[in-house]
Parts: sequence; C-alpha cells; structure tokens
Amino acid sequence: MQISFTLNGRPTTVDVEPATLVAELLREQLNMTGTHIGCDTSQCGACVVHLDGLPVKSCTLLAPALDGATLLTIEGLQGAPDSNRLHPMQEAFRENHGLQCGFCTPGMVMTAVALAKDKPSLSEAEVRHGLEGNICRCTGYQNIVLSVMAGAAAMNAAAKGE
Amino acid sequence: MGNVIGIGAAPKRKEDQRFLTGRGNYVSDIKRPGMAAGVFVRSPHGHAILRGIDKSAALAASGVVAVLTGDDVAADGLGSLPCGWGITDAKGVPMKEPPFPMLAQGKVRFVGDMVAFVVAETVEQANSAAELLKIDYEVLPSVVGVLDAVHPGAPQLFDDVPNNICCDWELGDKSAVETAFRKAAHVAKLSLVNNRLIGNPMEPRAAIAEYEPGTDRYTLWSTSQFPHVVRFLMGALVLKIPQHKLRVVAPDVGGGFGVKQFHYGEEAVITWAARRVMRPIKWVASRSEGYVSDRHGRDHVTEAELALDETGKFLAFRVKTLANMGGYLSTFGPNIPTNLYGPLLSGVYTMPAIYCNVKVVFTNTVPVDAYRGAGRPEATFVLERIVDVAAAEMGIDRVEIRRRNMIPKEAYPYQTPVLVQYDSGDPMGCLDGALAAADVKNFGARKAASQRKGKFRGLGYSTYVEACGLAPSRFAGRLGARGGLYESATVRVHPTGQVTVMIGTHNHGQGHETTFAQIVSDKLGVAFENVDIVFGDTDRVQFGMGTYGSRSLVVGGAALSKAADKVIVKGKKIAAHLLEAAEVDIQFEAGKFSVAGTDRTKTFEEIAGAAYVPHDYPLEVLEPGLEEQAYYDPVNFTYPGGCHIAEVEVDPETGTVTLVNYTAVDDVGTVINPMIVEGQLHGGIVQGVGQALYENAVYDDGSGQLLSGSLMDYCMPRADHLPMMKVATHSTLCTHTPMGVKGCGEVGTIGSPAAVINAVVDALSHLGVTHVDMPATPNRIWRLLQNASLPVAAE
Repeated sequence: MQISFTLNGRPTTVDVEPATLVAELLREQLNMTGTHIGCDTSQCGACVVHLDGLPVKSCTLLAPALDGATLLTIEGLQGAPDSNRLHPMQEAFRENHGLQCGFCTPGMVMTAVALAKDKPSLSEAEVRHGLEGNICRCTGYQNIVLSVMAGAAAMNAAAKGE
Repeated sequence: MGNVIGIGAAPKRKEDQRFLTGRGNYVSDIKRPGMAAGVFVRSPHGHAILRGIDKSAALAASGVVAVLTGDDVAADGLGSLPCGWGITDAKGVPMKEPPFPMLAQGKVRFVGDMVAFVVAETVEQANSAAELLKIDYEVLPSVVGVLDAVHPGAPQLFDDVPNNICCDWELGDKSAVETAFRKAAHVAKLSLVNNRLIGNPMEPRAAIAEYEPGTDRYTLWSTSQFPHVVRFLMGALVLKIPQHKLRVVAPDVGGGFGVKQFHYGEEAVITWAARRVMRPIKWVASRSEGYVSDRHGRDHVTEAELALDETGKFLAFRVKTLANMGGYLSTFGPNIPTNLYGPLLSGVYTMPAIYCNVKVVFTNTVPVDAYRGAGRPEATFVLERIVDVAAAEMGIDRVEIRRRNMIPKEAYPYQTPVLVQYDSGDPMGCLDGALAAADVKNFGARKAASQRKGKFRGLGYSTYVEACGLAPSRFAGRLGARGGLYESATVRVHPTGQVTVMIGTHNHGQGHETTFAQIVSDKLGVAFENVDIVFGDTDRVQFGMGTYGSRSLVVGGAALSKAADKVIVKGKKIAAHLLEAAEVDIQFEAGKFSVAGTDRTKTFEEIAGAAYVPHDYPLEVLEPGLEEQAYYDPVNFTYPGGCHIAEVEVDPETGTVTLVNYTAVDDVGTVINPMIVEGQLHGGIVQGVGQALYENAVYDDGSGQLLSGSLMDYCMPRADHLPMMKVATHSTLCTHTPMGVKGCGEVGTIGSPAAVINAVVDALSHLGVTHVDMPATPNRIWRLLQNASLPVAAE
C-alpha cells in the first residue's frame, strides 16, 4: 500500500507492505539507520522517534499508521538532514559524556527531547522516571541524566531567545 | 592549527558526532549488493539426540537459497569451534575438550544450540522456510545446575566426560592451608551462589559475509571485540581459509562487555555459507536469540572458609567452587573460573596461605565465558563477603578487620601465595578516601532516619584488587593460553604531519578514538584534531588481540606509546641531517626538533615533509617515510583496585532494596582522560549493581528452558533504579607499563556486587541475617524476612 507522511520536514511517499514496522521501513526501505533496534519486546527504546511530536517506539508501530502524520527521527533532529550541526540536547550529551557505545543514543536523545519540550526545568527524579523506557548498558545512566537536565535547560534557553 | 590535548585532559569524544546524529556504522546498518538473509534454526530442547533433519520442504519454499545443517559441515570437513585455553588438573591431566561443532551434529546440548542455517531472499522467507524443517529430536533429560550435574546418575552431556566434569582444577598450597586451619582461633564459613548473568550489550550480535570469486577473498563483518582473533580462529582452525584471503571487519560495535569477544559459530557458518551460495548473506540476532546464544557469565556455587587468629588476622583461605561451563567450551571458557579467579583470592590482604579447587562442569545451558570482570568479580565477592562474616562472628568492626589485614603501601611489590605479584597499590588510601567521600561518620543518623520511616538501612564495603591488562604472554602460556596476548600499533605520519594510528584493540564504547589520540598528541606534539584512530579491520590494521580484560590502554596504549617513540627516534635522525648536527644533540619537545643549546629547530611537520620528499635526506642510511610499528607484550598484569561503599535501604513491607548512595575510590594508575574514566566506572558499577540486585539467568531444570529469556524477564538496571554515584580515583602508578596506567574497564563491576550485598546483609543483620544470595530481589528479601523473626519496626 502507498502511504504519505512528512519525514524530517520533507513530504515522503512510499509503498509498504502493511505489516512493515516503522523501524524496518526507516532502516531497510529508506536507508535511515540512525534509528536502532535493540530488542523485540519494546523494552529497550533504541528505536524511539517522534510521531506528531510524541515519542514512540518505532519497533512497535506499523507503517500504515504514518499515513498523513509527521515523523521526526534522529537524522532530522538537528535541522536539515545534510547539516552536521547538533541540537542542544545532542550537544548536552556530548558535553556531559552521556554516551559510550552509541547504540542506545538516538533513542535516548529522542526520548530526552520529548521529555524536555515545554518544561522549564527537569528534576533528576523526573529525568530518571522519564527514561524508564530506554535502556543503556554502558553509562550507568549518571551522565545521561546530567545530559538530559543540561539539554533541557539549553532547549528552554534557546526557546526563550527566539 | 588546533591544540595539543595531552594526558590528563578531558576533551569531548571524537566518536560522539557520528553517534549523536545517527551516523554510526554498525553491522546491521550495512547493506551489500545482492545480499541474502540468513536465519539460524536453534534447538528448542536443552538436551536431545538429533536423529535427522528433513530439509526438502524448506528447500522448496519461496525465496529459499540454501539450507545447511551439521551434515553439510561434516561433509565439508570443517573444524570444531576452538577453545583458546587448555587448563589441566592437579596431576597435569588436560581438561576434557569435546568438539563444539558450528552446527550441531548428533546431539544438541542447550536451548539455542544451532541446528540449521536457512538462507533466503528475505528474512521473512528464511523464517517461514525454517518452520518447514522437519527435525527429528529424541529428547533427553537436561541438567542445568552444577550441583546436579556432578551428581551420580545425572544426565551426561558427553560420553567421555564422566560426571560432566571438564576439569578438576586447583591452585595453592593445600597442606599449608590445612596446617593454618588447625592453628586458627576462628574459622568463618560461607556457602554462596554467584548468579548467572547475561551481558546484554544494547546492540544484538550480527554478521555479514561475502565471498569475491575474482580474488578468492572472504569478508566477514561481525560485531566482534577482536576481529584479528576471529580471522585466526575461524580462518586457520575452523574454515581453513588462508589468513591473507580473509578480511574481518568489526565496525562500530554497540557494546561488548565480553559477550562479543568470542569466536561464535554464527560467524563461521555465515562465512562458509556465503562461499557456497556465492552471495553476501546478512544475519542479525533478535534480542531473544541473543539470550539463548550470547555466552553467559558467572554461575558459581562456592564453599569458602577463612582461618583467623584471635586478633582477626587472616591465616589461610580455602575455596571450593563448582563453575558452570554450559554445553560446550567457549573461546575463553575454562580460563575464567580458574586462572582469572584463584589468583585473585588474596585480595588486598596479606593472606599467608590459599587453596582453591574449581570443578569446571558441563551443563545443558548456553556456554559460559567472560563477562565484564570475568572471574575477578566472583573472587572479590567470595573474599569480601567472608571477611564481613568473619568480622561479625568475631565482633570486630568491618573496616577495622580490613585495616588489620591490608597490604601496606610500603609492602609493594607484594607477592601473593597464588602466583601473582602486585606491583603497586595503596588499598588503605582508597579506603580512607572512600570513608570520607561516603560520609560514613554520619551513617548512624541516616540509619536512624530510615528506621523512623520503617526502613532498614545498611552500609557495605568492598576493598578489592583485580588483575587486568591481559596479559603477559609467557605467564599466560604457562597457565594454558594457546595464543599470545600482546598488542600492536602503527603510527603513520602523513607528509603534512597529521597522524593516522592503526591499532589492534577495538573501540566499542570505551572512547579509544579520543584517549589514544591524546597519547599521540601528547607524545608527538600534534594537534588532537590531527590524529585519527583506525581499528576493527584486518585489512587496515596490521594485527591485534582486541579489547577485553581492561587491556586496551594498558597493552594497546603501551604499543602505541612505543610506536610513537620510534617515530621520534627516526624524526631525530632526519632532523640531525637537516640541521647538520649530530643525532645525539637533537632534542624533541613540544612538537619541535632542535639542536641542543641552539635556536636551530625543525617542526614536526617539516620533518614529516622531508621524510616523504627526500630531496635533502640521508637516503644512504635512512629509508624515506615516517611510519613506525610496535608490538608490546606486558611483563606483568596490572592491578587496579579500590574501595567501594554502598548504602541501601530495605523496605520490610515489600522486600525492595533501594540503592541510596554509592561511593567508589579506585586506583587505576595514570588517568589519560578523567571524563572517560569516570564514565567507565559509572557503567561498571551499575553492571555490578545489576548482578547484586536485579539480574539473574534462570533455567528450568529437566527441560533446560531459559526462563529469563527476554528483557521483560531478565531485569536490567534502569535510570530510576540508581542514585547519583560518587566516583574518584586515588592512583598509584603501575611500575611496568610505559605510562603508569592500570586499566579501568572492569573495576566497577568487580568491586560493586560485594559492596551492595554487604550493605543488604548489614541492613538485615539485626534480624540474624548473615548472607543474602544475588540478586537481592524483593521476592528473595521478603521471603527472608518472613522466615526471620521480624520485630516491629521502631517508631
């Protein structure tokens, strides 16, 4: 079947098998491999993307649900797909050593951006609770939590500046 | 011109840009032209005779390219998956080493054992065809626990391995220990289980293989921590592919923790299959598949006894362990519960005599091998737990008993009674630092506050040492290693002065691209941004043993340091010619070659340029070019260690243990990048906390089914399980590595389980609890409390 949606700001039309998962569509059909698949039980969160502004696990979402929707992936977070700039949340992860092997990172960043959106500040407890659906095996979470708090502050400072 | 960023600085990581923007290059991201999909068909039984496989229906299914089984492997005369260590028993008799076929032949020995490989146009077609295989199993009873496996009458995995015992290994002076026990004023005893773990790196294992008929070359992309070792083991021993015809690439790898440091059957099968079907094939494990095929870790049952004199001084330590090997010997399997366990039983203490006996046992479970820490967390757990037991029984404070027995800083180098000689350390300094950082003096007030809420608060200590920087080859060879354990690095200086390093270690989260660039920047005075680190490709990197055992900086960094020194030596020769001075008068400092006592200098870039444009160059005595290679084989292990203090709160209503504070002061030697070291400590500690409180691989006896086979059943630590940890370093320098480094990858995981469980026991000690097995889940603690005579919590 044919579906049309906005992908990272660009109108996109693709033919998909109805049983295709969004994570598979992105990785296999659209060659956008920034979204990762780390489990098969919707636990790990490596595949988190934003569907109409909300974080979703793309391994658990069927592609037909995208029809008419707006999808944002890690590749589109920092603006134009051809830029190498960092979003304030990505910058905060870099500054705070919030990543090691990088595999959980795209999902972690996408969850963090959604968590921080429209929040003037995030407490440590809110961040830890908000990351419950994202597993990291490398960092022990400490620097991720610090990254998300710093990234949230930076996002809000940037929003105020606009 | 960028800046020199040297040793001790904390630049942000070079690798982060690609990971943060979704531009990493993991195996599952790679596509090759004409690529087919492969799926492995795995045994659903823990133990069964494999009578036969009818593949006719599967072969006829839509899109199927090939179906391969153990019969095909046998017909092609391929080798068994090799074990890299051969241990012997006390009489020198070699371990039992049954073959480990890459696809099962005649019998399956664990749930997940591979029986067939199906190749099709798509994954869906391969999976559908796999369901059409008619596999005739005669199911046998499974045995999953070590105590049951050695019991007479237990199911036997191999006809020629009586009682499933692979090796009855021992270390130490048995009679000296017996003598000491006879003289002891007190003997503390402890029985414990070291729970079975599953490493769970976030990236599942994956592989792509391709054969190029035009050049007769094979390429394997694999999620491996050691591509050169895979090339050797698979090429030379399993598939008989000449080394120069086989390229193994391990690109970005999403975490390893030991799980990806073995040569897996999947790698051999897919490479062999790619040649047979003349197409690239890709396989990506699902998480569930990883649970039943990634090598597991730990799984010990232990009886320990500690002999003490009347003042609490340790006299002797006796440890008897049954260690689970699973269904076959994995790459390092038998080495882990023996050579990486027994020699650590002296800990940071003066322990006059030690005897350790380990029975290495086959069971119908996934093969067990190294997982972060590998043997050393198990040793630390036994020792640090029994020290607490002895302290409680003798009425000595837990910190005081440690102090009384600790090796003083001045006593290093210190020879233990179990092979290893610690070169440097200051356990007392780490203990003092941790006591202050953890605010132990105010613990009483915090405990009282918890008590008022109806909660029990406990404090736990772990003062420990480990052996890492694997490994001095000669020493390892005497212990049964079948390979060397050195490392290699090439420093390639380009004509314009930038540097590319080719190194045999593998970066899968440790930040090598940053740390190693700092070493080069520091040594050669080259800007940090002008150094790139290449790893993970046998066609680009000369050789290497990979990354495991906290060895990359210790052994690989040392090779890199040596190679950089060689560049300086050659640069001095070139500079001497250009500056018309004697070589001995040339000094190199801060990126400049100069004639001592003069202002005549040549920059590093000028020397590099001259090396590649040798118009004015001593061609009679010196080759053009500026590229040097070094191999480094360490003279000893390194011995990081430290003191960890855990503070927990137990809710007696639910049995929930909450980790409320965690402090670690570790001695990791010279710190190259403190930001990265802290990150390694955080991650390591949480993996140990996971073992202590959450993680457990559980098998059903009889059927051999893995009951904890998904992230929903096997509890991994999450962000909201943890407090902010305090980590710090208190370093003494390693005396034999070039930069004084000791390694930091595993310390967290080694020190933390004992600290956490000692805290849990402390919290419950007023109820008569003397030991809690891991993981200290709410269920386990609640049951323990129901059995204890629980007094009403004080108001």
